[in-house]
Amino acid sequence: MQFDSISAFFDMGGYAFFVWLSYGVSAFLLAALIYSSHSNHKKVKQKIALRLQREKKLRKAAQQNSVQAEQADSNTAVLQNLPKNSNKVVS
Amino acid sequence: MWKWLHPYANPEVSYHFIGKLLPWLAKITMTLLAIGMVWALVFAPADYQQGDSFRIFYIHVPTAILSMSIYLAMASAAFCSLVWQFRLADASAAAMAPVGAVITAIALFTGAAWGKPMWGTWWIWDARLTSELVLLFLYLGVIALHNAFEDKNLAGKAAGILSLVGVVNIPIIKYSVEWWNTLHQGATVSKMSAPSMSMEMFWPFVICFLAIAMLVTFVISIRFRTEILARNSMRPWVRELITAEGIK
Repeated sequence: MQFDSISAFFDMGGYAFFVWLSYGVSAFLLAALIYSSHSNHKKVKQKIALRLQREKKLRKAAQQNSVQAEQADSNTAVLQNLPKNSNKVVS
Repeated sequence: MWKWLHPYANPEVSYHFIGKLLPWLAKITMTLLAIGMVWALVFAPADYQQGDSFRIFYIHVPTAILSMSIYLAMASAAFCSLVWQFRLADASAAAMAPVGAVITAIALFTGAAWGKPMWGTWWIWDARLTSELVLLFLYLGVIALHNAFEDKNLAGKAAGILSLVGVVNIPIIKYSVEWWNTLHQGATVSKMSAPSMSMEMFWPFVICFLAIAMLVTFVISIRFRTEILARNSMRPWVRELITAEGIK
């Protein structure tokens, strides 16, 4: 133990300001670095999750569209008495 | 050895492997930091000339040494990525740059806060100080280039070339105190021969150095995993991982 009392410890032999400033700023910067790295990791994961959700929605919508289109197709095919998938010829 | 190392070049394997290491890295870092800081602040003897302001040494020197080591590690990774196109090397270089920048900033700041009571000035355009400042700007340039392109491979190439060119600055920093007359003192602990300081001061330094090195490894590991995820976000294993973790 290099210091006689707590107040001597905080005084740092008269260099209190410089010593505590150095340790404080270093601790703050390192803590900020750890925090931002951690939250960045979470953010990237959330971004990917969001994209996956959007893809799912799009796929669902595309499926519904194709089902509707097929129904429409078969309707016209019935109406015009044409075989299915012949709309290319018609249009 | 290559056979043993090979699976770790797979992003999925390294992601999970480092994920398992992380809690241990955190524990080792916390322990070493607690021991090192208490030893440095309370038990290490004060310098006979500089008094207790000498305690800044225990942050300043480890961060200054690490700022250069991280840069060399980043440049080696960039080299591997440029020459052999290791995708993971690129991701690790991108993970190291911000950590190196923060460590360099700490080395510069603690140096200034130590210089004020000892030299009477926060800053002078001394060879050692200036070259270390250039190192900070190199790090910032590498970070900027990594974020400048949408295409991560292109960004990695540009940033890699800058980091390789910047390696020239490392010997300048290292030998600046020998080549030029500077205010900054010469090496005390990084000499190849015995360190020119008493063992009572040297051992807490070793602990502090290891603590900060472990902390740096810990943060780089976190960032490395983030880079792996971001660069492989289209892969099935990432999709499965995100779905399994149920992130909204």
